[in-house]
Amino acid sequence: MKVVLRNPRRELDIDGPMRVHALLARLEINRESVLVIKGDTLVTGDVQLRDDDEVEIRPVVSGGAR
Amino acid sequence: MKCRRCKAPAVIEVRRHNAGFCRDCFLHHCREQVKKTIEDFDMLQPGDRVLIAVSGGKDSLALWDILRDLGHDVDGLYLGLGIGEYSDESGDYARAYANERGAKLVEVDLPSDVGFDIPTGSRIARRAPCSACGLSKRHLFNQAAVDNGYDVVATGHNLDDEAAVLFGNVLRWSTEYLGRQLPVLPAGNGFVRKVKPLVRLGERETAAYCVLAGIDYQVEECPMAAGNRHLGYKEALNAIEEQSPGSKHAFYFGFLDKASPLFTPEAVAEQEQLVQCARCGTPTTSEVCAFCRLVERASQ
Repeated sequence: MKVVLRNPRRELDIDGPMRVHALLARLEINRESVLVIKGDTLVTGDVQLRDDDEVEIRPVVSGGAR
Repeated sequence: MKCRRCKAPAVIEVRRHNAGFCRDCFLHHCREQVKKTIEDFDMLQPGDRVLIAVSGGKDSLALWDILRDLGHDVDGLYLGLGIGEYSDESGDYARAYANERGAKLVEVDLPSDVGFDIPTGSRIARRAPCSACGLSKRHLFNQAAVDNGYDVVATGHNLDDEAAVLFGNVLRWSTEYLGRQLPVLPAGNGFVRKVKPLVRLGERETAAYCVLAGIDYQVEECPMAAGNRHLGYKEALNAIEEQSPGSKHAFYFGFLDKASPLFTPEAVAEQEQLVQCARCGTPTTSEVCAFCRLVERASQ
């Protein structure tokens, strides 16, 4: 599957199928700090991603000393 | 995973509520959390004119959208910080939201209206960029609200922001800041009321709100903020939250409930020492306020 990461933007190819939480664990990404976007919606950790899927892993942590 | 409210397939899990939500029920959940915050802390009164500090990021755009949905009289204020392409894009997101929804956006541009931008101004004044930026925002948002007859400034500080600031203040026992870290700061002494209606929502929820509500926002991180202490605190708290969902909420709301009043006397004493800035009239603890000193040094 194609996985798009942000800040900076880059793409990875990862073999599917795989559940969302397993993908995050494999990439060592804390699930509290990202959203996983497929198409125009979000997917939960238990969703099975197929080999031909494209997902974006979008960080949500932002901010200076506001 | 099923939606807790309607049992349709969920699109987001909020682990600290032990719940999943479908799109519509999640947007409802966010509005209800903000409504409860406004009521619990007595943030807004009927007829209040609200000015929201809009950055073009997820938090302020989600807040603007939710306050409008809840029927509040709210306009946006975008402050151009002069941080190159990042500021240009952020302004575009704020303008796009306002244009598409017929909302009013007031704009102030730091370089052209005040005389410096954050990257060069902070360097010349020898202040950390985030410090110069925060100082400028606090001053100019309040000034714009006073000048244009708004009763309240609302900011998009979320649960993660507040927990991270609290974490930093507790690490150093900065008691002078702990006494002021409240979701509502009342009006007085030349300041309009300041409210933070997103404190019951984490930043993962505000980002999800924007994605699901179809709001485009600035996803890129501010280049000046990279590696700052505040982001390190958030990372530490998220590591704890991952192991123990609800920790950030318990930390922040436990502080408000059990510890905050202990630090009130120090905050009140500081308020009583305020005098008017000799240049701009803003309340300050010194003869010339920190913002006027920053302007003087950064504009040289």
